[in-house]
Parts: sequence; C-alpha cells; structure tokens
Amino acid sequence: MRKHLSARRRTLLKLTAAAALAPTVVRAQGAAKVVVVGGGFGGAVCARTLKTMAPAIGVTLVEPNKTYTACPFSNEVIAGLRELKQQEFSYEAIARNGVTVAATTATAVDSAAKIVTLGDGSKLSYDRLVIAPGIDLDWKALPGYDEAAAEKMPHAWKAGPQTALLRRQLEAMEDGGVVVISVPAAPYRCPPAPYERASQIAWYLKAKKPRSKVLLLDAKDSFSQQRLFQAAWTKLYPGMIEWVPLSQGGNVTSVDPATRTFNTDFDKHKADVANVVPPQKAAAIAQTAGVADRTGWCPVSSIAFESELQPSIHVLGDAALMGAMPKAAFSANAQGKACAAAIVDLLAGRTPAEPRLVSACYNLAAPDYGFSIVGVYRPEKGQFLEVPGAGGTSPIDGDSALRAQEARYAEAGFRVLTAETFG
Amino acid sequence: MRHWPRAVLAAALASFLALASAADAAQPPPGASSCSGCHGTVPNGTPIPVLRGRPAHDIAGLMREFRSGARPATVMGSIAKGFNDRDIDAISQWVVGQGQ
Repeated sequence: MRKHLSARRRTLLKLTAAAALAPTVVRAQGAAKVVVVGGGFGGAVCARTLKTMAPAIGVTLVEPNKTYTACPFSNEVIAGLRELKQQEFSYEAIARNGVTVAATTATAVDSAAKIVTLGDGSKLSYDRLVIAPGIDLDWKALPGYDEAAAEKMPHAWKAGPQTALLRRQLEAMEDGGVVVISVPAAPYRCPPAPYERASQIAWYLKAKKPRSKVLLLDAKDSFSQQRLFQAAWTKLYPGMIEWVPLSQGGNVTSVDPATRTFNTDFDKHKADVANVVPPQKAAAIAQTAGVADRTGWCPVSSIAFESELQPSIHVLGDAALMGAMPKAAFSANAQGKACAAAIVDLLAGRTPAEPRLVSACYNLAAPDYGFSIVGVYRPEKGQFLEVPGAGGTSPIDGDSALRAQEARYAEAGFRVLTAETFG
Repeated sequence: MRHWPRAVLAAALASFLALASAADAAQPPPGASSCSGCHGTVPNGTPIPVLRGRPAHDIAGLMREFRSGARPATVMGSIAKGFNDRDIDAISQWVVGQGQ
C-alpha cells in the first residue's frame, strides 16, 4: 500500500513538475529562510555553505562583531610569534556570497512563532534557526574570578584584547618569574589548548627569561595528547613546565586577583603572571533560546544537529554537546558544513543522510614542533562516537623532521580553514 | 477516476517546489565535506594538496594506500581508516568536483 501510494505520488510529482515552471520555483525558493546566530567557525561556514548549495535560500548571519578573532594560533600571539591582526577575519566575503550579515546581537528566540529578536529590536522570521554562539565564561563558577579579576588574571580564552593582555604581562614579567595556568574540568573549549599554551609560553621564556617557570594546575588527571606534550616538554623545555593533576592537588577552588593567587584544596600558588582558564558554558543566547540543558550545554541530535529541546533549531560548535567530538574550530567547521547540507535536505522535504565527520587538530609545542590528533565520528546511539579503528595521534617516537612537517601542516591547515570559513 | 484530496495535492506540490528549490545543491556523501577543512580549492602555496580537478580514481587510490599503511602519512592514515571502499569512491568523486 505504502509502495503503491509513493508510486502514485511520484507520478503526481512528475505531472506537477511539468506544470511548475521557473517563476513558481523562484517564489518557493525565496520563501525558505535560515537565520544563523554566531559567526565563528561553525556558524559562518554554515551560512556560506547554505548559500553556495542553495542560493535561493535567504540566509542571515547575526553577528555583532565586525571582525572575528580566531582562537587557533592565538597561543602563538601570546608567545610573540604572531600578531593579533593575523587572527582577524572580516565578514565581507560572506556578505559578497549573498549572506545578509546583521551586525547585531540576537536577544531572544520565540521557537513556537519561529522568530528571532535582534539587539536593535527588529525581528527575523525563520524556517530553520542555527545557533552557533560559542562559549561564555562562567563568571560564577570559580570564587574570586569575575570580569574585573580577568583584567588582573587574564583568561585569554576568547581571542582578542585578553590575548594581548596576557602577552603584555608576560613581556613585563622579570626573569625568574612563575607563570601559573589553571585548567578547568571538561568540557571546555579546545581540550589540548592549555597545554599548547604552556608550551608556547615556555618557548618564549626559554628565549627571553630562561630562569622562569610554567605551572599548570589541572582539575583533571589526564589530558589530550598527554604523552606527546610531556615528551615535547622534556625535549624542548626540561624542568620548565610543571603539571599538577587533580589527584596531586591541582584543582583550583578559588583565586585572589589582588595577589594573583590560586587556591587549591591544600595549597596556595602565587603567580607573577596568572592565566585562569575558567569553567565555561554555552553562550547566553543558547540559554535564552532554551536549547541549553542543566549542564549549561546544548543537547542535539546527531543527524542534523537539531536541538533536542526546541523544534526547528540546530546548534553547532562549542555550545553543543557533540558526544566524542572535541570543542574546536575544525570540528565546528565540519559540523557547520554538514548542518548546512542537512538543512537543505530538510527544507526540501528529504531526510538528511547520516553524517560522518572528521576532526583534525594540530598542536605546536614550538614553532617547528607540531603534532596532531584526528578522529572520525558517526552517530551511534544518538550521539557522535568515534569510528572504531580510525583516528589517533602522531607517533610518540616521531623524529624532528616529522614534527617540523606537522608544524607546517598546522599553519597550512589554519590558512585553508579560515579561508573556507571567512573567504 | 479517483480524486486526490486537496491537502495531498498541496503537500505534493509543496514538496516538489521545495525539492526544486534545492535542485542546485550537490549533496556531499557522508564525510566528504570535512576534506575542505584542510584541502583548499585553489593552490595557495601550502603543502596540503588541492583535490579539486584531480582524477577521482587517483584520490581513491591514495585513500586506499593511506588506509592500508602502504603510503606513509601524518593524519591521512588515521582518517582513511574511518571509511570503507564505497565511502572512499563516493568521497573521491565528490571532492574532485567540489565548488564546480
């Protein structure tokens, strides 16, 4: 019966196809509207890809910043190896692609009426809404650490003025100083980044202030690519980087910005330069829109990244709970493209295919010392899990030629990723 | 002759129009859209090769060599192991024509 009906329907579609000529199609195309909130690696590439795949869909990208400041490679800015300017990307190319760029915030979402309210009071209706706002720092999670404290103890976890501030503090520090970096429990943006940052800071200190040290206070007992990082530290910066895991009292319970002190369960660590990587959650609009759950993050389906809490809303990137996929630029970019493809299908009344996503992440322990971790992910029991047998890290015994090659790939990958995302 | 209810007709028309609206969309096979995160579509002096415009069977052959370990790689061996022969052929066909 079902088969019979669908055959009848196909016939009907053919008949309709003959009757429906271009003008009707154009009108139908104009009707589909997608609003993307957040112009980072996930949101920006999703908007661009939608417009490329289906030019007739009306796509609006809501992003208050005129330029995007990228986090990947911002640790090199802290170490004085790059300038912040090289991290900045404009939305002009995206606008030239035909995406309407609304340079304002999104302040509210009415998911029943399918309307987004913008900071200027205007309202946008949508057929599909993509929320890709990234993270907010949780200013209530670590006693003593608020926005004022971040001026004394920078987080530099959103690239921009905070990145420049941490660099200036390092430059002003005297030789023999101690740089303390605190690392929160998972999940947080870019799992290996605190350890890459420790490496990059050690690179700077080794060259300029060799009696100085880096102390990592960690709320975890293990970390991404741990053996690779620790081998790099032994080889490149012997005795300079100390890592204190959770089980040895690494968990920071409060900070005192006046004295740049980190308090742990049993100890106090006074820093000359203090870098607090604070606990995080999905950015405010995700909470406002009702797509974040009690964890502070956004549960999504693993087929089209649709919110499990609100209809017709997709959540991408760092704000979302993506199973085993790390919160990282490359992941968000891969999700953004796959989400665009799924939305095109959904708007066409088709069921999106099950996605397969690749995540590739490079870390630089020094300018010529890179290594990587990759993963291939597919939906499994409602979340993204790694495809067994695939993925992995660089070999632990890789020689210096391999490390140099991966450092070049890291730089190349960043150029391609940012070009694809921002044009 | 049986008459189709108006609602069914309307739904069929709507779904046809929606389909037509996306007719220009070349849906990438699963996994394929991740490639362009590293592989650019135009040469820009980076060491990561451009895939677009190359023969699809070359790309598929390379992927199989990466997967088996016959060809040394940094990340491509680990990535290729996440795809079977059918995936690899579909991805190769798509990426060599991407953006066209």
